[in-house]
Amino acid sequence: MNPLAPFCQTLEEGSFVRLVCDISPRLLQGTATTFQLTVLAIALGLVGGLLLALGRVYGKKPIYWLSTAYVQFVRGTPVLVQLFLIYYGLPAFEIRLDPLTAAIIGLGLNSAAYQAEYFRGAIQSIGRGQMLAARAVGLTNVQAIGYVILPQALRMVIPPWSNELIYTLKYSSVAFIIGTPELMATGQIIASSLRGPGAFRHFEVFLIVAFIYLVCVLVISKLLDLLEQRVKIPGLEMQRA
Amino acid sequence: MERLDLIWQSLPLLWEGARVTVTLTICLLGVGLLLGVPVALGQVYGPRPLVILISGYERFFRAMPILVLLMVFFYGLAFLGVSLPAFGTAVLVFGLHSSAYQSQIFRGAIQAIKEGQLLAARALGMSRLQAIRYIVLPQALRLALPAWSNEYSGVLKDTSFVFAIGVTELTRQGWQIMQRTREVFLIFIAVALIYLVLTYLGTWLLELLERRFGIPGLAGQRREEHGRVV
Amino acid sequence: MSSKIVVRVEDLHKRYGNEEVLKGVSFILRQGEALAIIGPSGTGKSTLLRCINRLTEPDSGRIWLEDTEITGAKTDMNKIRQQIGFVFQDFNLFAHLTALDNVRLGLMKVKKLSKGEASERAMTELKRVGLAEKAKAYPAQLSGGQQQRVSIARALAMDPKLMLFDEPTSALDPELIGEVLQVMKALAGEGMTMVVVTHEMGFARSVCDEVIFMEQGVIVEQGPPEHIFLQPRQPRTQQFLGKIGELYGGTGS
Repeated sequence: MNPLAPFCQTLEEGSFVRLVCDISPRLLQGTATTFQLTVLAIALGLVGGLLLALGRVYGKKPIYWLSTAYVQFVRGTPVLVQLFLIYYGLPAFEIRLDPLTAAIIGLGLNSAAYQAEYFRGAIQSIGRGQMLAARAVGLTNVQAIGYVILPQALRMVIPPWSNELIYTLKYSSVAFIIGTPELMATGQIIASSLRGPGAFRHFEVFLIVAFIYLVCVLVISKLLDLLEQRVKIPGLEMQRA
Repeated sequence: MERLDLIWQSLPLLWEGARVTVTLTICLLGVGLLLGVPVALGQVYGPRPLVILISGYERFFRAMPILVLLMVFFYGLAFLGVSLPAFGTAVLVFGLHSSAYQSQIFRGAIQAIKEGQLLAARALGMSRLQAIRYIVLPQALRLALPAWSNEYSGVLKDTSFVFAIGVTELTRQGWQIMQRTREVFLIFIAVALIYLVLTYLGTWLLELLERRFGIPGLAGQRREEHGRVV
Repeated sequence: MSSKIVVRVEDLHKRYGNEEVLKGVSFILRQGEALAIIGPSGTGKSTLLRCINRLTEPDSGRIWLEDTEITGAKTDMNKIRQQIGFVFQDFNLFAHLTALDNVRLGLMKVKKLSKGEASERAMTELKRVGLAEKAKAYPAQLSGGQQQRVSIARALAMDPKLMLFDEPTSALDPELIGEVLQVMKALAGEGMTMVVVTHEMGFARSVCDEVIFMEQGVIVEQGPPEHIFLQPRQPRTQQFLGKIGELYGGTGS
């Protein structure tokens, strides 16, 4: 199963390097799942967040109320409780999800509420004059939102949105509590399955897990910084919090 | 009706869990505050090597998922032969994690104070330390309060992660009741509502504090627009 | 003066809460005329202007653009607005678009021109306001005067039958006012029909064909500039122009 096995055999049994060699292929599989979870959740959150934000800024009474209540509820409660509601709660309604799907939906719905607030803040920070000018040129309301308001709002939202991506990556680790086979869970499973002289290495396993998270977070932060530089427009900068 | 009865019977347990959650939150915020203020001061006023060291500390704890930190410390302390109850481990880990975030809040507040304040204090003959103690900090702490209140609502929710190391706070109480009764939705909606109440109650109390100590022209910026505490 | 009527405003009323800002305003404007609206701040001049392209909804009264009633319930305002250029006090250039794209957006999305045609047309308009070399600049990289000229180009590109200027120089530093007035003067010279709400008395006097003095939601006096500025009949007009004269040392002769 471990393609490095022949090489690992040559390392001293019970040493830290041997441990790294033995378990890193499986940990990387877990990392791949973590990324899959993060990307799908953030995408779901993006679509949901945008709709919620439009609902909160431009929506009529019932839409405004629903989207506001959703955002307040989600932001006021722990993501873990939300995951429990989805994973353990939905089967009561005959909806059974595997842990990964439940985690994607749970983290995505959670992120939507936070992203909605970034988008709302950005949309509202765009002066009313932009809308007036767009209407004066003859654009319809929907065209004005599509061509003038959103392009500006989306650019302004990149810095807080970058933070949200990193947050989701970090918070995806809670999925391990409902048994999603992501990085944390893989670490836990490996640590519990070690036998013989290599057993009881939880601390070291989680150190390696921590190191992988650290590298992922730092590398992605750097990439997002570069992205920000590329799409920057004079006068539309927004400070990264 | 039977189900509502179940909630009614579970309330004492949930109340017990909520107490643990609140205690944990207060303790970790205290640890974070005690560490966060010096860290911020060191980052602004410290010599270069200290600044680098502190920035590394801050960067590390902010980059780490809190759950991973919990596991590393939980097993790490045992590995080093230190026996600390799970609750103590939680306070330590969350405190360190929060100190990194809080130091950012305080650093921002300190840097928002105009240079002239420090100069004026020095001109009066105050030492650097005195100037920080009597001029900078009283202003910075006021400026930081709104953002700090965001940190409160953020960590309150994050405390649910101690589920993983077996501390029986609100979420775990709910989970145990669920295991026993097989009732999921009502229990976790109740748990969620308690979190909501705690979030808004705490934020309201901090707002009172803000008003009690408020000084015209020294109001901090609320960062709610940007959602998560960053 | 027998050229055709471009705008007809009849008995326009508008109130905000308890305050009636327009109390029955009527006037007509013929093709090729430049009309200045002057008067103290907060007397409904800008509201009047915004009612003409219904960025503000009037409470009652009727407005026609040539033969089309703008105030009709079924009027397609997006169609009407294409034919009315509007220049804002604070420019309102689209902050995320370059000067060229600001001018091009309406051409492409409203007039549905191809990108090539739109670019060509946009460049012509930028040249007309003397800013061809700034086509690639973003609004934040332009001075206030340049931004206002781009916004004039943006309006002109739509081939408007009428241009509305809402205090186009009020947000500008004094040294930048000239370049904008220059562009507007040239426009009037080319025979553009326009309404200008302004505090620039010199401009109103030397460039416009007709001047309206407004106060507290009503037209106090109306006439050619030489009448209004040299022989105002109403005491309020005299008072207002007198005050302006004190401030600026003469009425801009």
